[in-house]
Amino acid sequence: MAASDSGSEDDFVTYGTPLEPLEEDEPLKKPIRLQDQTVKDEKGRFQRFHGAFTGGFSAGYFNTAGSKEGWAPSTFVSSRHQKAEKQIFKPEDFMDEEDLGEHGIAPKEIMTTDDFSSKAKDRIEEKARALAALSAPIPGVTILEDLVAAAKISVGVQLLRKMGWKEGQGVGPRVKRKPQKQKPDTDMKFYGCPLPPESSDKSENEDDDDYAPENVTFAPKDIMPIDFTPKEGLHGLGYRGLDPKQALSGGLGRGHFNVFSVGSERASSLLGDDKHRRNRKGGVLGQAFGVGALEEEDDDIYNTDSLSRYDTTLGEEEPGDGMYGWTAPQEYTKKKKGSNKDVSYIGKILEGFTLASIPAAPKKVYHPPELPRDYRPVHYFRPVLEAGSASSQVVQVLLASGGQMNQDAQCTGRHQMNAVQRRELLGETALQGPSSVFDLLSSKDKERIKELKQAAEEKQAAAAAAAAAAGRVSAQQGLSSRFQTPAVDEALSAWQNISMESASTFKPFEKNPEKQGRYDEYITQLKQGRKDALESSMDQHMTEWERGRERDEFIRAAMLYKPNNSTLACRFTRGKHEEDADKVDVPRDQENDTDDKTAAVKMKMFGKLTRDSFEWHPDKLLCKRFNIPDPYPGSSSVGMPKVKRDKYSVFNFLTVPESTMPTAQGVKPELSVQSKPSTSENASKPSEPGRRSRWDVSAQEKEGKDPISQFLSLARNEAAAEKQGSPSTSNEPEPGQKEEPPIEEKEEESRPPMDLFKAIFACSSDDKTSSSEEDSEEEEEEQKKPEEDPGLRQTTEPPVQETLPDTIQVTQPRTEDAPSTHSLNPSQDQRHNEEEFGPRLPPSISTGQERSLSVTPGSAVHEKHKKKCKEKHKAKKEHKHKKEKKQKKKHKKHKHKGKHKKKKAEESSSSTDDSDDSDMEASLHGLSPGELLKRLKSLPPTKK
Amino acid sequence: MAFPEPQPRKQELPRKLLRSLDCKQGAVRAVRFNVDGNYCLTCGSDKSLKLWSPMRGTLLKTYSGHGYEVLDADGSCDNSHLTSCGSDKTVILWDVATGQVIRKLRGHAGKVNCVRFNEEATVILSGSIDTSVRCWDTRSRQRDPIQILDEAKDGVSSLRVSEHEILTGSVDGRVRRYDLRMGQLHSDFVDSPVTCVCFSKDGQCTLSSSLDSTLRLLDKDTGELLGEYKGHKNSRYKLECCLTERDTHVVSCSEDGSVYYWDLVQGSLSLSVSVGKGVVQSLSFHPTEPRLLTASEGSIQLWGEESLVMEEEEGEGPA
Repeated sequence: MAASDSGSEDDFVTYGTPLEPLEEDEPLKKPIRLQDQTVKDEKGRFQRFHGAFTGGFSAGYFNTAGSKEGWAPSTFVSSRHQKAEKQIFKPEDFMDEEDLGEHGIAPKEIMTTDDFSSKAKDRIEEKARALAALSAPIPGVTILEDLVAAAKISVGVQLLRKMGWKEGQGVGPRVKRKPQKQKPDTDMKFYGCPLPPESSDKSENEDDDDYAPENVTFAPKDIMPIDFTPKEGLHGLGYRGLDPKQALSGGLGRGHFNVFSVGSERASSLLGDDKHRRNRKGGVLGQAFGVGALEEEDDDIYNTDSLSRYDTTLGEEEPGDGMYGWTAPQEYTKKKKGSNKDVSYIGKILEGFTLASIPAAPKKVYHPPELPRDYRPVHYFRPVLEAGSASSQVVQVLLASGGQMNQDAQCTGRHQMNAVQRRELLGETALQGPSSVFDLLSSKDKERIKELKQAAEEKQAAAAAAAAAAGRVSAQQGLSSRFQTPAVDEALSAWQNISMESASTFKPFEKNPEKQGRYDEYITQLKQGRKDALESSMDQHMTEWERGRERDEFIRAAMLYKPNNSTLACRFTRGKHEEDADKVDVPRDQENDTDDKTAAVKMKMFGKLTRDSFEWHPDKLLCKRFNIPDPYPGSSSVGMPKVKRDKYSVFNFLTVPESTMPTAQGVKPELSVQSKPSTSENASKPSEPGRRSRWDVSAQEKEGKDPISQFLSLARNEAAAEKQGSPSTSNEPEPGQKEEPPIEEKEEESRPPMDLFKAIFACSSDDKTSSSEEDSEEEEEEQKKPEEDPGLRQTTEPPVQETLPDTIQVTQPRTEDAPSTHSLNPSQDQRHNEEEFGPRLPPSISTGQERSLSVTPGSAVHEKHKKKCKEKHKAKKEHKHKKEKKQKKKHKKHKHKGKHKKKKAEESSSSTDDSDDSDMEASLHGLSPGELLKRLKSLPPTKK
Repeated sequence: MAFPEPQPRKQELPRKLLRSLDCKQGAVRAVRFNVDGNYCLTCGSDKSLKLWSPMRGTLLKTYSGHGYEVLDADGSCDNSHLTSCGSDKTVILWDVATGQVIRKLRGHAGKVNCVRFNEEATVILSGSIDTSVRCWDTRSRQRDPIQILDEAKDGVSSLRVSEHEILTGSVDGRVRRYDLRMGQLHSDFVDSPVTCVCFSKDGQCTLSSSLDSTLRLLDKDTGELLGEYKGHKNSRYKLECCLTERDTHVVSCSEDGSVYYWDLVQGSLSLSVSVGKGVVQSLSFHPTEPRLLTASEGSIQLWGEESLVMEEEEGEGPA
C-alpha cells in the first residue's frame, strides 16, 4: 500500500530542461525562394550581384561612384593666404574598407616587422644575392647594398651581439680547445657578408704549428645549416644550368668559361670552399681594370683565347676539381677525402646527399658454371629408323651410340607398356596372388564371360562388368543367406585349407579385445576344419541372445573376409590413416550402465560407484561472465568432448551405444529411454550367467526407432529361429532362457506392422498385454525394486484398468531407465488432455478462486480414490514379498549404518529410522494421509 | 557473573505461523525470498509473478507477461532485476521497478522448470523439461544462449548456481554438478527422479530430494552419502527442499501438507509443521534468519521462531 506503484512517479528527479514537445501538426517550413535569397554586407546593406565579369558586388551608391548626395569632384583652391596643402595620396586613400578587409586587394594582416624577423633564414637569399653580385657589371656593386643592409639587423642578432656574439661564430658557451683559425679572409671578395665557417680541412693543415694556451676558450664553430631547397625543373640532380650573365661576365676574366667547372668553382667558393681561392691570384681581376704596374703577369691582357686552355685529350687531365663535369658542390667530397672514408666511391656526391656510413652489402655475382673442356656447343640429332627397314647391324650401332629406335609397335612409350613389362623394367618382384581378375572367378563364370565376349578389345571391359555383376550377386546371396547354416558351411569351406601363416590381418573387432580374441579362435578353428568352430569359440558366460548375435557377426565377418577374398586382399596394403569421411561425433564419455548404480544406490554405497566424472568444457563467454579463468584455454570445443565414430558400420551400431539424444517434447519418453548404453553387454559380464539381456524384453518397441535397429532386431529373430532349429547348440542355456525366444518369436511374427506402430506411439495399453506375459519372469526383479515404485506407478493408474488385476503390474520391465518408469502414464494424459513429464506439479485446488487449466475440480477426491485403489492392489501384489522385503530392508539399513561415520547416536537414530521405516511402509501399505499425518505429528515430541 | 556467553543462541526452528497470505494468483508454484530476505516472489499458475513484502504482508508489484503458468523465479543480486520461467517455454528478465519485460528468452523446447541468476546476475540459467540447461547472457543482446548443457537424459527439474558451479537435478535420477573452474562434470546417480537440489551454505555438500521420498546429503567432492532423511512423503510431485540458514537442519515439503525438519548431522526428524490440507509445493528459507516461506495451494505462509512475535505485531499495525 505504501509502496504501491501509483505514487512512485512523483519521486523521480529530472535534470535539465526538457525539449519542447514536437508538435506533429506544425506545417513544414517552406523553402526560401530564389528572390528572397539576398546578400548583405556586414552593415546590413543589400548587395546586388552583377555577375563575375561585371564587377561583382555593387559598389558605391547604387552602382555609382558617388554617394547619396551624388558625386562631387574635388576642387583645388589655393591662395596666397591659404596655401593649399600638398596632398600626397596613398593607394589606401582610394580604397574602401572592403578592399582592406580580409578578402580585399590590400588585406591588412599582422606580421612581424623586419626588425624582429630572423636573419638566419635569409642566407640563401644572401647567397643568391652574392651570386648576382658576382655577375654584376661591376663585380663589387652589391657591396654597398650589403653595407646598407647591414644597418638593419634583426632583434635576435642584436641580442646576440649584446651577449658577446660575433658574426661568424657559433652560438653557445665558449669551448676549451685548440684555437680554430677563423681569421678573416684577406682575399675575400665579399665584404660584410658573413661567411660560412671554415671547414676542418683548413685547420688540419695548421694544427701542428699552433699551440693551445690554457685558460683560453674559444667560441664554438658556427654551423651551416643544410638548406633544403626543393628541386625544381626537370634537370638531373645537381645540375645548375648555365647562367648567361655569369657566362658572359665571370668567364671573361679568365678568357674562357667552362660551363661546369667555372660555375661550380664559383659556387663552391661561395659556399665556403676556399682551396681554389688560394690558388687563384689575389686582388681584383677584371678586364676593366687592366694590368697594374705591380702585376707580373701581363700576358692575357687582350683576352686571347688560346688553345692551351682547352683539353686536348679525353679524360686524362680533369679540369679543375677532377670531377669530370659533376656540378655538385664540392664541400662534402672534400671533407670526405680528408677523412679518407669514401674509398669506394670516387665520384662526386650530390648536393644534399651524404655518403652512407654503412656501405651496402655488395651484390653477389654468380658466375655461370664452367663448361667442361670437351663440350661441343653443337647438337647432333641421331637418325630414327623403323625397325623393319633397318638392318640389325644398323640397329645395333644405333643402340650402342645411344640413339633412339622404335623397336616394337607396342613398346614405343611407357604408357603403352603393360604392368608386367614395367615391373620387369623396374626390376620389381611379382605380386603374390592371382595375376588377373579371372583367377578370382569360378570356371562357370569364365565360361559365361567367354560366351559373352564378342570382340578381342571388348574382352577386358566385359570381364570387369561380369565380375562386378557376379560379385554383386554373391554379395546379395551372402546378405540374404548369411544367417543360415549354408553360410556357416561356406565359411568353413572357405577357410578350411588356408595355411596358418597366411592368417588374415583383418581384425573386425579390434576395439573389443575379448571379442577379437574369440573371433580369432573361431578363425583358427575354421582353419582346422572343425565344424563346431562357431559354438566352441563362444563365451559360455554370455547371455543367449548375445551369443546369438555374436555368432551372426562372426559368420558375417568370416564371409566378408574369407580367404578367397584375402587372396585379393593381399594385393592391397592397409591405409596408414583412417579416413573419417563418414563418421559422426559421439560424446566420448557416457554415463555408463545404471544397473550397477541402482544396486549401489540400494546398498547406499554412494561415492565412486554412483559417480561419473567427465571432462566438460564451459564456453569462454560463460567463464567470463562467471569471472572464472577458462579451464581449457586452448580448446575450442564446448561441452563434453566428442569423438568420431563410424556412421554406417554395422559393427558400430552393434557395439557402440546408440547416441542418446534427448527427445523433444512431443515424443514419448518411453522411446527415448530405450537408448540404453549397451557397452556393458558387449563387455560380456561374466557375473550373471542367467541374466536376461534387456534387448530380449521389449524388442517390439525398439523396432520403431530407426531402420538399422529394426533391421538388427529382425536379424536377431532370424538368428534365434535358426538357432532354435539347429541342433548344434553346444552350450546349454538356462531353463529360464530357453523359454524366452519362443515367446518373443510368437509375438514378433504374429505382429503386423500396424501393431508395431501402435507399440511405439500408443504404448500404454498394448504394452500391458504383452508385458503381462512376462510378469512371471519378472517376479525376481520385481523383488529388487524399490518399494516406492509400484506406488508411484499405481497412483497414476487409471481406474478403468484397475479392474484387471494383472495390469497393476509394471508396464515396462524394470531394466528400463529411470525416466520411463516415472514418466506419466498416458492415461493421465488423456484425462488431463496435456502431456507431462517428470514429477508433476501439485494440483492447485480448493479456495474457490479461478484456477488454471490444468486443474480438475475433483482432483482431491479423485486422488483419495486412487489411493484406496492402490492400496487394494498393493495388498494383492505385495503380500508375497512383504515379509522378506521388510527383512531385507532392515538388514540393509543396519549394514549401511555401520558404514556411516557421521551418525553418532546409533541407538536413537536407528530407532527413529525404524519408526521412519514403519511410517514409510505404513504410507505405502495404505495409510490414509490423515492417519499418516497423525502419526508423524506424534513423532516429533519423542525425538526432542 | 564473569562467565562468557556459554553458546550462541540456540537454533530455533521457524515453527510459528507469522502470516498467511492468499496470493490470489491460482496455485502458487514457487515462492522465493530475494537476496536479502526482505521481499519474496510468488509464481502463480495464472501467468503472473508477484512481489511481496512478506513481513508486512503487502503486495508490491505484479509482473504479467508470461503466456502460461509461472514455474520459478529468482531475483538478481542487486535487486534490480527478476527472472522467471514458465510453461510457455520462455524465460523472462524483468525490471523490478517498472515491471517491464527487459528480455524474453526463447529457445527451450518445453516448459521451463527452474531458473536462476548466477552470482553477479550476468547469466541466467534455466532448466527445462527438454533436458537442457541454457545459459543466457544478460549483458548482451544475444538471442541465443551462451551454452546449452544437454547432458541430462530427461527433464531438468531443479537448478542451483554457486560462484563457479552449476548444480542440476534431473528426472533421469542424476544430480549433475558442472564445475566451471575445473572444467569438469560430476554426475551422481540417485536412481530416483530428482525433484530438487541445493547446495549447503558452506558449499561442501549437495542436498537432493527425489521421488522415493528421500532426501540425500551428498559430499560434493566425492559423491559419498553423508546423510539420508526420510519420513516425509514425496512420490508424485515436484517438491522442494532446502537447508536452514546455518546449515543445521534440512527442510523439505511433503505431500501430506506438512513441512519436515531433520537434524542435519543426526538425520533424525526434529520437527514437522502442518501447513495445510494441500500439498506443500514450494518453500524458501530466509538467507540469514530463521524464517521460512511455504507455498501451499493458493497461499503462502511465513513461519518464524517463537520469539519473533513482538516486532511482527508492530509491523503488522500499519499494514
